[in-house]
Amino acid sequence: MIKNADVVVIGGGVIGCSTAYNLARLGAGKVVVLEKNYLASGATGRCGAGMRMQWGTETNCLLSRESVKMLSHLPDLLHVNVDIEFTQNGYLMPAYSEKMAEQFKKNLILQKSLNIPARWVTPEESLEIVPFLNTKGMFGATYCAEDGHCNPFKVTEAYAQAAKNLNVEIYTDTEVQGIVTKNGKIISVRTNQGNIQTDTVVNAAGGYAKTVGRMVGVELPIFPERHEILVTEPVEPTMGPMVMSFYHNLYCQQSPHGSFIMGIGHPNEPESYNIKSSWQFLRDMAERLVEILPPLAGLNVVRQWAGLYDMCPDRTPILGSSPAFNRFFTAAGFSGHGFMISPITGQLMAEMVMGKPTAFPIQMFDAGRFDRGELFVEPSVV
Amino acid sequence: MNHNDIIICRCEDITLGEIREQIAQGKHTLEEIKRACRSGMGPCQGRTCAPLIVSEIAKATGKPVAQIPLPTFRPSTSPIKMASLLGGDQHD
Repeated sequence: MIKNADVVVIGGGVIGCSTAYNLARLGAGKVVVLEKNYLASGATGRCGAGMRMQWGTETNCLLSRESVKMLSHLPDLLHVNVDIEFTQNGYLMPAYSEKMAEQFKKNLILQKSLNIPARWVTPEESLEIVPFLNTKGMFGATYCAEDGHCNPFKVTEAYAQAAKNLNVEIYTDTEVQGIVTKNGKIISVRTNQGNIQTDTVVNAAGGYAKTVGRMVGVELPIFPERHEILVTEPVEPTMGPMVMSFYHNLYCQQSPHGSFIMGIGHPNEPESYNIKSSWQFLRDMAERLVEILPPLAGLNVVRQWAGLYDMCPDRTPILGSSPAFNRFFTAAGFSGHGFMISPITGQLMAEMVMGKPTAFPIQMFDAGRFDRGELFVEPSVV
Repeated sequence: MNHNDIIICRCEDITLGEIREQIAQGKHTLEEIKRACRSGMGPCQGRTCAPLIVSEIAKATGKPVAQIPLPTFRPSTSPIKMASLLGGDQHD
């Protein structure tokens, strides 16, 4: 194992790999990625693989808009030959109450001002997009035709290959066990495979970001929360967009492979590292799904799994260094929407670590915002 | 016959050649190979292909088969219709 590095990135998910690639591209010197299992083994590879630009805060709109732009030609951008299965079949987001419709229309004004091509559709128009949608009780929906899907394993693989091409060292099966510090400075990172001397660490450990923060005595308000998901047998293309309903707390999308991927949020899910599947999920999922997309009840479920959202209290990630350690950077707390903003996030993190001006202002997303009471509450999360 | 054309994962149509290519790229566990090429993701959930891929990994790495970890076994045991999950409140 390498003994010295200019930057050590902890976490081999899409955020870690994207950050490492961008660091190398900007000339950060020797960059190392440490992953305790294999690449995309955590939240990245367990996510719903959707990609949407319909958000309620300006930052999320901007980050996702830029990321979609990058994903549309990612292999060219990274000079790698990986098919990332990028498809734009839209997101349809039905509203079931006046309040929800009002919030969505507010979001639309914001999205339009940022050139995101989302629009309001009536229940009748929704049926032209998804003919078998149950529109009972629907006030209408927002629809953005340029939202879509991307394969998380392949995107991570693309970034990892591009990073390796720029001499980034990626160590899998390598668990970080501690970070040695002295007088507010990082000295080295201790792993089960040896120690690496470095003065700069990027914490991209997803649900484990709090644990990594504690290694330098920084308390990050990020907590892990299990979210469950299932996949059906593949069938002919029958549903274009992702259907995402905050009322049902559900999302469901047909992947390019033909299978339907779907999940629900559970309001009482406790903070834990549990990623075991539950039988209750199958039943709850089926119940809510048939309410909104009745014909899908005829599909066979082939597999279910679970993963961790790295939740932040305001559902907006922490991107930045900490006051106590100015070379300890965190890129975590994505609260269920890290994958879809990973291309631009990796770039912004690398710019920040390198002390360069960032493409978008992100200094307000540091961990200190919770002490200052300056939160950015994202209203649109399942 | 070219052995590389043999179907190893019959649910997802993955050939021996594709599996060998993944192993050659450094993917030495079922978990990684599955995520890269979908082997074992179909209706049988790897019941047929898992032991075949394990023996390929063992051949390529020189490790005994017993040391190649199996992937997580996930529910359901066999494919089940969403509609069937909704029954059962009363005795049918």
